[in-house]
Amino acid sequence: MQKTLLQQAQEFGLSEAEYGRVLEILGREPNLVELGIFSVMWSEHCSYKSSRIHLKKLPTDGPQVIQGPGENAGVVDIGEGWGVAFKMESHNHPSFIEPYQGAATGVGGILRDVFTMGARPIANLNSLRFGAAEHPKTPFLVHGVVAGIAGYGNCMGIPTVGGEVFFDASFNGNILVNAMTVGLVRKDGIFKGLAEGVGNPVMYVGSKTGRDGIHGATMASGEFDEKSEEKRPTVQVGDPFTEKLLLEACLEVMAQDVLVGIQDMGAAGLTSSSFEMASRSGSGIEMDLDKIPVREEGMTPYEMMLSESQERMLLVAKRGCEDKVVATFKKWDLDAVVVGRVTDDGWMRLKKDGKVVAELPIAPLTDAAPLYDRPQRPADLKSRQALDWNSLSWPKDPGETLLKLLGSPNLCSRRWVYRQYDHMVMTNTVILPGGDAALLRVKGLKKGVAVTADCNSRYCYLDPRLGAQHAVAEAARNIACTGARPLAVTDCLNFGNPEKPEIMWEFAQAVQGMGEACRALGTPIVSGNVSLYNDTNGVSIFPTPTIGMVGLMEDVSKHVTAWFKRAGDAVFLLGELAGGLGASEYLSFIHGKTAGEPPLLDLAREKALQDFLLRLIDQGLIRSAHDVSDGGLALALAEACLADPAGAAGVELSLAPGLEGRSLAELLFGEGASRVLVSVAPEQAATLEQLAAAAAQPLTRLGQVRPGAFKLGPYLDLPMDRLRRVWEDGFEKLLKRN
Amino acid sequence: MKVGVVVFPGSNCDHDLYHVVGRIMGFEAVYLWHKDADLKGCDAVVIPGGFSYGDYLRCGAIAKFSPVMKEVQRFAQEGRPLLGICNGFQILTEAGLLPGALIRNRSLKFICDYTNIRVDSTETPFTRRAGKASVLKIPIAHGEGNYFIDAEGLKRLEGEGQVVFRYVDAQGEASEAANPNGSLNNIAGVCNARRNVVGLMPHPERVSEALLGCEDGKKIFESLL
Repeated sequence: MQKTLLQQAQEFGLSEAEYGRVLEILGREPNLVELGIFSVMWSEHCSYKSSRIHLKKLPTDGPQVIQGPGENAGVVDIGEGWGVAFKMESHNHPSFIEPYQGAATGVGGILRDVFTMGARPIANLNSLRFGAAEHPKTPFLVHGVVAGIAGYGNCMGIPTVGGEVFFDASFNGNILVNAMTVGLVRKDGIFKGLAEGVGNPVMYVGSKTGRDGIHGATMASGEFDEKSEEKRPTVQVGDPFTEKLLLEACLEVMAQDVLVGIQDMGAAGLTSSSFEMASRSGSGIEMDLDKIPVREEGMTPYEMMLSESQERMLLVAKRGCEDKVVATFKKWDLDAVVVGRVTDDGWMRLKKDGKVVAELPIAPLTDAAPLYDRPQRPADLKSRQALDWNSLSWPKDPGETLLKLLGSPNLCSRRWVYRQYDHMVMTNTVILPGGDAALLRVKGLKKGVAVTADCNSRYCYLDPRLGAQHAVAEAARNIACTGARPLAVTDCLNFGNPEKPEIMWEFAQAVQGMGEACRALGTPIVSGNVSLYNDTNGVSIFPTPTIGMVGLMEDVSKHVTAWFKRAGDAVFLLGELAGGLGASEYLSFIHGKTAGEPPLLDLAREKALQDFLLRLIDQGLIRSAHDVSDGGLALALAEACLADPAGAAGVELSLAPGLEGRSLAELLFGEGASRVLVSVAPEQAATLEQLAAAAAQPLTRLGQVRPGAFKLGPYLDLPMDRLRRVWEDGFEKLLKRN
Repeated sequence: MKVGVVVFPGSNCDHDLYHVVGRIMGFEAVYLWHKDADLKGCDAVVIPGGFSYGDYLRCGAIAKFSPVMKEVQRFAQEGRPLLGICNGFQILTEAGLLPGALIRNRSLKFICDYTNIRVDSTETPFTRRAGKASVLKIPIAHGEGNYFIDAEGLKRLEGEGQVVFRYVDAQGEASEAANPNGSLNNIAGVCNARRNVVGLMPHPERVSEALLGCEDGKKIFESLL
């Protein structure tokens, strides 16, 4: 039986009401090509139809902002004529289906978003979420995703300098792969996705178009079930070598004053790039699909417009400059072909074999895309958080507990991961992965750029608004721990099915929390991405608003690192000593409970702490600074020893005796906001205490650096090499568990 | 001193080398484009790391056919200083300018990490000032750096003192634990019989500035003086 157009539209992911709108806009029935274009442009992935209404509430302005959301990437000012362009994007669904290529093309896509702006990428980061370590699929996914990120980034010669990996059963059927790229751009050399100037040539550059990835954006806009693996053909295949050539060719052509605009062909390929460019400029485009370089014979207009083949760009050149563009791309052995012209009638007109195969008005498709204020219903946080504390039996030996935590999936060393990423290429990496934030020097300037990606998904599940605030605060704290001032944010909002009112509420709450924290810390959001429908068989992931943050250090030589430096240095905790066990890693791993309330967070205090820390670092007073987060004080102390590349550091604390059970667990493993572990030369200890008192900053002297030892008062005394062994072996062990 | 940095499609340590050679060392640095059979009168040539031609077919296997390589061959035959780093080393073995081959790491994984390498020969233009038997801390970043050569070739290399660098522990011992990738005899770098062509897997250009935590790599470039 012949499918009706409505049935076809629904198969493409459009609702009946949305299809009605298509008819209204066109005043006629669409053909298949047009219907395909509508469906991808109006997919959640491309149109942000469920999220836009909330995203509008985020702070996006500030004196440092050169380019806010809406372009391929955001740009912030770092002074002396330079800007930093950055963005984060998800590639969750493809990475679950085909981990290597899914992750690799995620990296490729975000790199293009950044170099499209005219920026040379200087760093990659990623934020990964996998299912429980015990889940049979987890090792396979970890191996594939890490190898895919490595395979793409390493070949491009862009260092992968930071990120995070988190395991939880809520991601068993839906992993998260969020990739972030940071680039450097001359302020006067920023390019945008514009299609201006009637008659200017529209050019296609890069790889040829194949049949891969058709309807990838639609796939990313629906829930998963057992049949999702059948969607493997919608995952694209990456070629980092071609992308490297594309990068060099694009930067070279951008230096020649021949371009009007340029845009990556990412999700929804040629369709979204052409529509978005024309839409931004209020123009139209006419393309001749016979000119599109294709990989296979007999490709239909539908396939050409919806293909998500990688490593392609669409650009609009100045009329008469076509030959220069072609010559530059030819130098790099790449295709550059004129495929159309800019018009001024506001229509997209596609021709093939001399016939018009699609004719669509641009503004209704982009600006008038569906916009939903989806119903929300508060999730029952009280029942999520509920826990009978009296039912817990408190471990007797804190040393054993520490060793268990150090070897646990979420706290063990990530070296197995970042060792596979080239993190030193480009010779800018001043602080390597494994610390709080990575720090890159900017060649030719005294400045440094700090970068990090953070989110505690468990906090966000137990309290989405507070959890999102924590994500921003922790990212900023990580940046501040290097000595850099937090500058701006890119976000990647990973949530479940927005058609479920509780998920929509989680989303709205998280956006509110992020906005509050970003306002309080002075870090506007300049770019981002939303990934919804992260559900498999009706189970939603923990809400995960990943925060990517960039910070600026005026004099990079003043940076500090996380590890303790010299025997006898005084160790202090900046912030409150007491932590809470609610929502903690300790509660989750040792007691098997995801419950309790995340720690309180006072954003004004957080800001004051970071400002104070930055002052200390600027004055050259402290020798190390390390954020106290997952796993609490004991873990932070262990990390400040274990991170020492010389493998020598150790610590000895003098703690008051008498604590046990819950109160001891709170001291050692409790989590709390606004806390940083610092060390100073012993002769500077008094100065630090005076400065803290004057600034009304809570400060506790904990003890001193003692190589080889790990002694926490009367409670715990272990040789450092025992800690090191479990911490270093943890990751490989978890992969071998199955 | 004029130093040429060869640029193949997919080279990605070319800018890093240009920076160290030009800015840090103060030599005259020039890029040598792979399609141009012209070494621009350079006194020394460096083939940088990266993924020339995407490492397709085999690492370095396609690059050897580039027009610039004819001139590089001639340059080497004239006995002039030629250095290959990482992918550059792979290209030089593929081109037959250095003995042996680089195969997949024993772990089958890409490894980016610091290594210690010992200078076993100072009789090359790139190690003259590196200090015989001194241990340098220099990072590696490769998936295919496992040095291999047949038994006879290995005997000749060792007999003729053509092993220039060896992976060692902090004490300078070529232990199994210090071998990151499974290289035969812990070999990290070799030279040709004439000793003017050197290849190594570690990246000296990444550790030539104090800000980056180590300056051991500078000894390689200082040797050119």
